[in-house]
Amino acid sequence: MGLEAKLQQDGFITTTIDSIIAWARKSSVWPMPMGISCCAIEMIAAADPKYDLARFGSEVMRFTPRQCDLMIVAGTVTYKMAQVVRRIYDQMPEPKWVIAMGACTSSGGMYRSYNVVQGIDQFLPVDVYTAGCPPRPENLINAVMTIQKKISKTRARDFQDIPMPKPETVNN
Amino acid sequence: MEQKLNVYNDEKLLKKVIEDRNITIEDALDNEMIINMGPQHPATHGVLRLVLRLDGESVLSAVPELGYLHRGYEKMAEDMSYIEFIPHTDRLDYTATLCNNVAYVLAVEKLLGIEAPKRAQYIRMMIAELSRLAAHMVAIGTYAMDVGAVTMVMWTFREREKIQDIFDRLAGARFTTSYTRIGGVASDADSETIGMVRAFLDQFHSALDEMDKLLLSNRIFIDRLEGIGVLPKEDAIALGITGPNLRASGVEYDVRRAKPYLFYNEMDFKIPTYSEGDCLARYFLRGDEVRESVKILYQILDKMPQGEIIANEPKHTLAHKSEIYSKMEELIHDFMIINYGINPPVGDVFFSAENPKGELGFYIVSNGTGNPWKMKIRSPSFCNLQALAQLCKGAMISDVIAIIGSLDPVMGEADK
Amino acid sequence: MELKELIVEKLKKNFGESVEEVTDFRDDLSITVSTNKIVDVAKFLKEDDDLLFVMCKDVTAIDWAKRKKRFTVVYHVYSFKNNYTLRIKTNIDENPPKLDSVSSIWLSANWYERETYDMYGIIFTNHPDLRRTYMPEGFQYHPLRKDFPVLGIPGSLPLPEKI
Repeated sequence: MGLEAKLQQDGFITTTIDSIIAWARKSSVWPMPMGISCCAIEMIAAADPKYDLARFGSEVMRFTPRQCDLMIVAGTVTYKMAQVVRRIYDQMPEPKWVIAMGACTSSGGMYRSYNVVQGIDQFLPVDVYTAGCPPRPENLINAVMTIQKKISKTRARDFQDIPMPKPETVNN
Repeated sequence: MEQKLNVYNDEKLLKKVIEDRNITIEDALDNEMIINMGPQHPATHGVLRLVLRLDGESVLSAVPELGYLHRGYEKMAEDMSYIEFIPHTDRLDYTATLCNNVAYVLAVEKLLGIEAPKRAQYIRMMIAELSRLAAHMVAIGTYAMDVGAVTMVMWTFREREKIQDIFDRLAGARFTTSYTRIGGVASDADSETIGMVRAFLDQFHSALDEMDKLLLSNRIFIDRLEGIGVLPKEDAIALGITGPNLRASGVEYDVRRAKPYLFYNEMDFKIPTYSEGDCLARYFLRGDEVRESVKILYQILDKMPQGEIIANEPKHTLAHKSEIYSKMEELIHDFMIINYGINPPVGDVFFSAENPKGELGFYIVSNGTGNPWKMKIRSPSFCNLQALAQLCKGAMISDVIAIIGSLDPVMGEADK
Repeated sequence: MELKELIVEKLKKNFGESVEEVTDFRDDLSITVSTNKIVDVAKFLKEDDDLLFVMCKDVTAIDWAKRKKRFTVVYHVYSFKNNYTLRIKTNIDENPPKLDSVSSIWLSANWYERETYDMYGIIFTNHPDLRRTYMPEGFQYHPLRKDFPVLGIPGSLPLPEKI
């Protein structure tokens, strides 16, 4: 729609590499649904016909981290689970973003207890925090849109320093 | 800490590893393989972890591991008052939040020896049944999705959204409602809410039939479930399975009938049972239970009495906010309840209610103070998962997915 | 209530002194028995033709903190025949917190006893697989004991490094 109107004549547009890459990236954010507890149900609700996350190009929930660029941590992260969440985050290819969905992941929420990590930012770099316990699907969609805004500001050279992934280390 | 060695950086070690591998093609087929499934796996319904020992594609043994969502409810309960714990019950079985609310307040009311007014009990019954529908919608949808029918989850969530709209109007929250109070419910169900429930029920039957038509005319769905994961009646009882999984094995046990709470003894409903005990029976049973719940809901709507929604027990129930702001006595009671708790008598009670996953029980030990001395949550999913090791033995690896889906565990409740 | 009297009478007849206490609060009958007889009582309750408590619904413990016998282990068993849930209790010492496992009689007690071991550190002898259920292996404490703080002990559970 927007693009075709400009392509009526010979069909070329001028833009920068940075902005076209950022535009492509932000319009097809593939989330990694790290569904742990209650928020996971609302995450499914956000993808269901009523709220339809597909309108924002993020309906392709991939359960393998290697195909994703956005991790939605949905649910209470315990100490035992933290190791798993981190391991999955490490397997995602760069560049990657993280949404802390809900109060538990943002700050521990209502769980002031021995086994709950009081905020996943203790071991993950979080880009967007989402309020609510659990957040309504609209709120999750808002978080995805915020991530999109953030992505649209990135430039290709921001990711120059990212090292190539190393082969996995093994315990011997 | 173990010392980490990077094989790829150490040439000597790499060479040694390669030389040590005297594996031929025959060996690989002969040997058993151990794979780890979960805790991050789309079909494990949350964060269940299974360690499977495989021979080719058949499972020799399976060991479930829990605790990835252990939030320490029982410890936190000892540190908070009875009223403060109500919002926490929402997050136990998070697909059926209101069922948990109802079960918890009934347990506390049993401990206190009080009873809610009739209208409040009817409202509780209504929300518990609606919640059961919502939970079974998630169960059926994700179950079908796990075995390959992705359309179903869209259809069932469409229906679930309608139920959540009712909750949104009734309780002010669509998902984690915290709607019940000790001695009653938080707010009255007005005629518009009742109308919404009726309108929902009127269209729900055709939606259910549509779903059944989609699934049961599909050979793949039937073939993947029929005869898989058979749980005999005796084993189901020995393993302590409750709820739909027990009834699918042919035991007619439903707490709503065995020990009626609320006004279930006035309701006319059947307890569906199947004798097969396989995955398909567990699917059919949930469908039948949904239909029975619809029947109960129509009766509740017809019989709904008028009257109070909270018991007149000033020492145990919180008064409405408007009364607290305008009346002296209510203010004092509110202050005392919030600061010192409701102080039930010394003793211990066990109360269980029929939840979508099975029998949810609360065992509360009171020492007469405002906080429970001990609160044990007998969660159905925890016990139902015990059957997993037995059911998976001898099954194919693709059956494991169907078996987990059919048992329908919710890890929030299993791990507490 | 006839059934309650029958249960108490039968237990007293067969176990005599071992039945320590019988309470009835809010229509819940609970019977305290001696620790060394718990397996026999369980076997009797399950196999007696009038009782048939075939399903174990729950096993848990209570930490009394200051009592001489610090822990009480609580069993909830259900009889389909009588449609009744019975509570059995047994008091055990703190040192060592040990009693026999009933998982050979009620299969479902297996995981519940594991859970109780994890949360209270009560050791069930003859248990087929006494591991922790919830907390990671290597965790030193037992969270539901009253001397364990709600917020846990800092540094007792490892967290991945911060990026």
